[in-house]
Amino acid sequence: MTARQRDENPAGIHLPLDPLPGHSSRGRLERVLRRGEFAVTTELNPPDSADPEDVYNRAKIFDGWVDAINAVDASGANCHMSSVGICALLTRMGYAPIMQIACRDKNRIAIQGDVLGGAAMGVANMLCLTGDGVQAGDQPGAKPVFDLDSMSLLETVRIMRDNGKFLSGRKLTTPPQVFLGAAVNPFAPPFDFRPIHLGKKIAAGAQFVQTQYCFDVPMFRTFMQKARDLGHTEKVFVLCGVGPLASAKTAKWIRSNVPGIHIPDAVIKRLEGAQDQKKEGKQLCIDIINEVKEIPGISGVHVMAYRQEEYVAEIVDESGVLKGRQPWKREIRRDDQMVADRLDHILHDEITETQVDMVKTAH
Amino acid sequence: MSETTPVKNDGPTVTQATLVKKAAPKSDYKPADVSPQRRVQRSFAVRLWSIRHSRLLEWFYSRFADMFLLLHPLWKGIGYGRVEAPIKFVEKRVKGFMFDCRMCGQCILSSTGMSCPMNCPKQLRNGPCGGVRANGNCEVEPDMPCVWVKAWEGSQNMVNSDKILAVQKPVDQSLRETSAWLRVTAQAAATREAAAAPKTGAGA
Repeated sequence: MTARQRDENPAGIHLPLDPLPGHSSRGRLERVLRRGEFAVTTELNPPDSADPEDVYNRAKIFDGWVDAINAVDASGANCHMSSVGICALLTRMGYAPIMQIACRDKNRIAIQGDVLGGAAMGVANMLCLTGDGVQAGDQPGAKPVFDLDSMSLLETVRIMRDNGKFLSGRKLTTPPQVFLGAAVNPFAPPFDFRPIHLGKKIAAGAQFVQTQYCFDVPMFRTFMQKARDLGHTEKVFVLCGVGPLASAKTAKWIRSNVPGIHIPDAVIKRLEGAQDQKKEGKQLCIDIINEVKEIPGISGVHVMAYRQEEYVAEIVDESGVLKGRQPWKREIRRDDQMVADRLDHILHDEITETQVDMVKTAH
Repeated sequence: MSETTPVKNDGPTVTQATLVKKAAPKSDYKPADVSPQRRVQRSFAVRLWSIRHSRLLEWFYSRFADMFLLLHPLWKGIGYGRVEAPIKFVEKRVKGFMFDCRMCGQCILSSTGMSCPMNCPKQLRNGPCGGVRANGNCEVEPDMPCVWVKAWEGSQNMVNSDKILAVQKPVDQSLRETSAWLRVTAQAAATREAAAAPKTGAGA
């Protein structure tokens, strides 16, 4: 039997938390960030399947190590289970998903509908993205939509939440209560515009931002310095994107094939020089976390360990960013546990009781 | 966030896109590997010239807008509906030559350093995406300089360099292929009349 965890609705883990003053959502991530705790988020590798167990199993390995899980929206323009579908499954199990919305595949009509649907399912966090171009994925012949851009998408959801209206001005009966996120990439040109661009995103409604993979800490530090000078870090929670590189070869491949990811030569040299490159990649990630967590204005890390999800727990543990805190963990409900404790033997005992035997033993 | 495409540690790297392309039937005809928004062009020289001379064009544009507003009685006399076709014909060609205009009908060139944001394959109107290449070129069209990298450069030369900070509304698709010049003029005339109306009312 377990005591109720912090940030959990006593009436059921799938239900929203009590509203708090100054909070725009009823989710766990916003509570953690507003309490000033160092938050950890991660990304769920979306399955290419229609089996809900695939999602549950992929979420289970993050149990007790992360505060929220990104449900990606066909990232890299590759077809996978939709972010709305993943969120539906995760919220059922009490997880705190961050629903990613990319502008690539849906127009404003579909997006606003999904925002309402997601919020109704208990999604408390939404991340507004532009989305990769269709040429990057497995269906380069698809029509790119890009009806909104990440900025106007942020503004649209903010208007829905704060003004209780669709973009058209039509009223909502119950506005979605969501914590709004955006993505920033400090590692791509135009470098001097990026901190200003972050300010624009805050103006449009961003409350937290997750950055692209950070492999170049000095460059990130410069970006954060400028963001602090502009006063942005007081208005937004910045989660630095980090992740392990599997090998020097992977790093080189990513550098030349995945747009927007900047990997300095020093990183590749370090990986090449290592005996066990995978282990070194993990250590490099931990070292980067330890460096960025000291940068003023950083509220957490976003660990993206694509196809190395099993390392997330180790990375979070070994970097010690949680400082002993344990994020919410899915546990068996108390009544289920009680039934299991008392009647578990029925499953294992090899006794077949008949009614005649029961009468005999009763006398 | 971006997803890194699967990488095998042994052997040549194969992405899903490569597999799809390989599976496609082979023929001599090889279409360009570019975005569907692309227009048939190889050179961005004129567009880049306009961005380099954004300050001059900003000055010229404001004079030009004033002139158009002066001609408001003329437009109104003929009827905005009737002048639409010839003005659009001219506007499309002039702006098409200067900026590679896509006739979205809601021109924001003065807020984007004279770099037309509709030339971005993602049609972003509020700033660059995260996929800009290290050399400042576009993620989708590798030989095209990023529209927003150029927009930032162009805006820094302009007098109203902070107009780039305004959050732009989503494109109204119903205004496509209409004249932005005439719309701006009609709106300016309407606000001018609205401002003048209470005065005359008080005078009479």
